[in-house]
Amino acid sequence: MLRHMTKLATCCAVVAGIIGFAGASWAQSEVKSATLDAVKKRGQLICGVDTGIPGFAFQDAAGKWQGLDVAYCQAIATAVLGDPTKVKYVGTTSKVRFSVLQSGEIDVLIRDSTHTLTRNTELGLAYGGLNFFTGEAFMVKKSLNVAHAKELNGATICVLTGTTLELNIADYGRANNIKINTLLFEKPEEAFAAAEAGRCDGYTDDGGSVAAARSAMKNPKDWIILPELISREFLGAYTRQGDERWTVLVNWVHYAMLEAEVLGITKANIDKVKGETKDPETRSFLGLEENFGKQLGVDNAWAYNLVKAVGNYGENYDTYFGPLELPRGWNNLYTKGGLQYPLPWR
Amino acid sequence: MVRRPSRRAYVGQWVFLLVVVAIAGLMMNELGTNLARRNLHFGFGFLVDQAHFDIPFHLISWSVFDTYGRVLLVSLLNTLLVSAMGVVAATLLGLLVGIMRLSVNWLVRNIALAFIEFVRNTPQLVQIIFWYLAVLQTLPSPRQSIVIPGGLLLNIRGLYVPDVIMREEGSLLTWLACFLLAATPFIWQVPLLGRRLGAKALVLPLIAAAMLGVGIERIEFPALTGFNITGGTQVPPELVALWAGLSIYAAAFIAEIVRSSIQAVAQGQTEAARSLGLRKGQVLLLIVLPQALRMMVPQLTSQYLNLIKSSTLGAAVAYPEIFQLFAGTVMNQANKEVETIIIVMAVFLFVNLLFSAFMNWYNNHVALVER
Repeated sequence: MLRHMTKLATCCAVVAGIIGFAGASWAQSEVKSATLDAVKKRGQLICGVDTGIPGFAFQDAAGKWQGLDVAYCQAIATAVLGDPTKVKYVGTTSKVRFSVLQSGEIDVLIRDSTHTLTRNTELGLAYGGLNFFTGEAFMVKKSLNVAHAKELNGATICVLTGTTLELNIADYGRANNIKINTLLFEKPEEAFAAAEAGRCDGYTDDGGSVAAARSAMKNPKDWIILPELISREFLGAYTRQGDERWTVLVNWVHYAMLEAEVLGITKANIDKVKGETKDPETRSFLGLEENFGKQLGVDNAWAYNLVKAVGNYGENYDTYFGPLELPRGWNNLYTKGGLQYPLPWR
Repeated sequence: MVRRPSRRAYVGQWVFLLVVVAIAGLMMNELGTNLARRNLHFGFGFLVDQAHFDIPFHLISWSVFDTYGRVLLVSLLNTLLVSAMGVVAATLLGLLVGIMRLSVNWLVRNIALAFIEFVRNTPQLVQIIFWYLAVLQTLPSPRQSIVIPGGLLLNIRGLYVPDVIMREEGSLLTWLACFLLAATPFIWQVPLLGRRLGAKALVLPLIAAAMLGVGIERIEFPALTGFNITGGTQVPPELVALWAGLSIYAAAFIAEIVRSSIQAVAQGQTEAARSLGLRKGQVLLLIVLPQALRMMVPQLTSQYLNLIKSSTLGAAVAYPEIFQLFAGTVMNQANKEVETIIIVMAVFLFVNLLFSAFMNWYNNHVALVER
């Protein structure tokens, strides 16, 4: 009798095990993403950001990370884990950023990095949305009386190494038959110090970073930003190729930030909107209807959570670029003449 | 067969070598798989691609159409330039401070001690950035350049020295002059009628100088036009700062080597020299230093090798040396991370092995013969 009991128990256990296994794989099979699973298991998002540039990513006096890119890290963490503080920030220099991402040390790279053909092909990096449209701009001392980039013949400009900027300057010089000398720095701090001391006539970087650089000068009023943008620098998030669903999620976090602004939802009014709204688009955005969250592999209230925690795109832009006196321009919503648009919430 | 200890050791060494080779092979294989998984391809073909970026300071000609291979050459020459300047300056400064350290004068002795302790106990990178910012803060803008007699200009963009423009046929003359200079020490040794030629060989450098003088077409003086100084050769402040940072740091260590070597010369030598009636300075210059200098060659070698390797810190102050330019800009523009790092490591290995081989030869040449 006892033997039969044991056999029965074993049989039950096996069946239960098979069902349990199938059930588990059933539950997981909805969204297959190694990175998403790893983040959930770890309970923390590891986010690669800039080492320190006002506007995009910097540490405030209390050592807390701030900036537009940092807000994106927090938004992703909120969407996946429901908590904007569950982020580990890794400051990466322009030189090592892509290796750090490729090697898997970080889950996503949001580091004012330009999207280019070679980075999408040779480096095997995937497109995670463009959160900042700009171009390469020049900042020069007012006392030099230069009004246009074409007048920079013979000038020396401080640049950061390992960027698209070095090539842009050389190409611009060739195209306009002028010679612009460059001085290559590893980190912004030394480049700023050299510009401040007068070692270079100016500093060049993406439009947003140049505005940040000007704000870092001892007397920002002594510097002007030239009107020309000599290249397109469309900055955004990078993920690794080979994990499409994770890339899709990062893209949609970006669209959620924009969609909230389109719908007029802010950090402050979101609970009021949630309680009152009858608009179907707003209701599905907030997770009251449809199951968009589930389809992405996260909580259905992910968009609500992330706007509640970090706010919409416009709010973050005003917070971090407002003090730098950088108008929104291209980064305005498509409805206001800008280039930023969310894909339809369908 | 393997009972004899010597044989056993022999077999053991081969087995060890095989294991090392196998591990290296596994690692290379793993590297290949990992690169393939990230859609990267290993190869050195990029060296013939055009670079399309500008290099701020170069000893040989450079244009944006040149190849990544030439970037390697340009940046290697920049590295070698600052290393050579550093080795010379560190040796002279180290010798001076090391001798000061043994002075009977309290002030001189302690200034040297303070210098050594201060320099040895602060990070080298911090020192280099300090020198860079110090240089930048003190120098005037190009429009207020300091004029140095002889047509030199000094400002925040660097030191501008007049350019010597050679005639068409000048380059041949320059090569001949170089050859004559290089040959001088060998001619010195040539025996003639049972004696070495010796100082008579010094006529060769004189001929070389005369040839160079004939080859000069004109001298171009630097002058201010527009933003910058044009004409003349620019010695950038980055080079000066890195040079100062490297040589002062190494000098502190060399000073201690000098001190210990001087103290290692047997006391009897000094006493004997004194009893022969030599004055203190003569004792140091003629008796003690010649012996001490020979003793310190092996230790100096390792300081020199350190200095050459530390030249990579120039990346922090925008000096375009091999690490910043090749393992930085090229690495990023060509998207070849593993390859560029391998090349840079191989180059440093080659340079340092060559240098230490020379130093070993030199050491064997000058070492004291013990009896």
